[in-house]
Amino acid sequence: MTIHIPTPLRAYTEGNESVSIIAGTVKDALASLVEAYPGLRGNLFGTDGKLRSFVNVYLNEEDIRYLNLKEDSPVSPSDELTIIPSIAGGCLSADRKLDLSSQLSAKSFIAKRRQLA
Amino acid sequence: MLRIQFRDYEALRAHGEETYPHECCGVLLGRASDGTNAVHQIVRAGNTRTDSAHNRYQISPVELIRIQRQARTASLDIVGFYHSHPDHPAQWSSTDIAEAHWLGCSYIITRIAGRPEGQGKADVTNSFLLLGTSEEDKHFAGEALEILIDEPSAPLPTEVL
Repeated sequence: MTIHIPTPLRAYTEGNESVSIIAGTVKDALASLVEAYPGLRGNLFGTDGKLRSFVNVYLNEEDIRYLNLKEDSPVSPSDELTIIPSIAGGCLSADRKLDLSSQLSAKSFIAKRRQLA
Repeated sequence: MLRIQFRDYEALRAHGEETYPHECCGVLLGRASDGTNAVHQIVRAGNTRTDSAHNRYQISPVELIRIQRQARTASLDIVGFYHSHPDHPAQWSSTDIAEAHWLGCSYIITRIAGRPEGQGKADVTNSFLLLGTSEEDKHFAGEALEILIDEPSAPLPTEVL
């Protein structure tokens, strides 16, 4: 089967955009992939051995998390596995919460000074 | 450094104006070499964070896969992403870094400033390169934007905000 590698992980697959693997299940395919390219392991799997939460793996058009057998789903030589890290973000920031708490602290401080005056 | 055509630069800024007060997002297709991400094409994407679109964005993995296939067909790679910050600085936020996972890619952010009539106007645009080797040491670094103008005779905007 073919595994498609996203841009940031090609540094660990000798620049290859796709890798051919012989495997019986999705789990076997991913295991063979990191065996062939050990540098991928830490980027794909956490210390608990599970796929990192931001790593999406699609078997053809299906997210493996929503397949009945998940990582144990069988694969055939004509199947394609696509690894795609999530892309998200936004201007909502933990910093803003800090700013807000700072403002509240300042207001409390001013209120306290008024009480003392 | 990020190299981009003026028309693409203007198009991604216009996208942010169109979606204001919500965040826009999209993908930069091109080639990376010698420390430069050269953009050959930008692809608009939908923001799936409809629950909080004014301060969050997310691109569906299915759409990303479709765009990655589009890139492969054109012999291009995903070299970065863009999104807007409505009424917020064109600086990466803690959310941006926490949810950035494409090491080596460029992340363009445009501030869209609200106008009294309710419309948004593209303001500052910055680009940040996601550096590091893993989730543990990733970090953003500001990068230079080189904007290419195809036709020297093309009229330039009289006001660049």
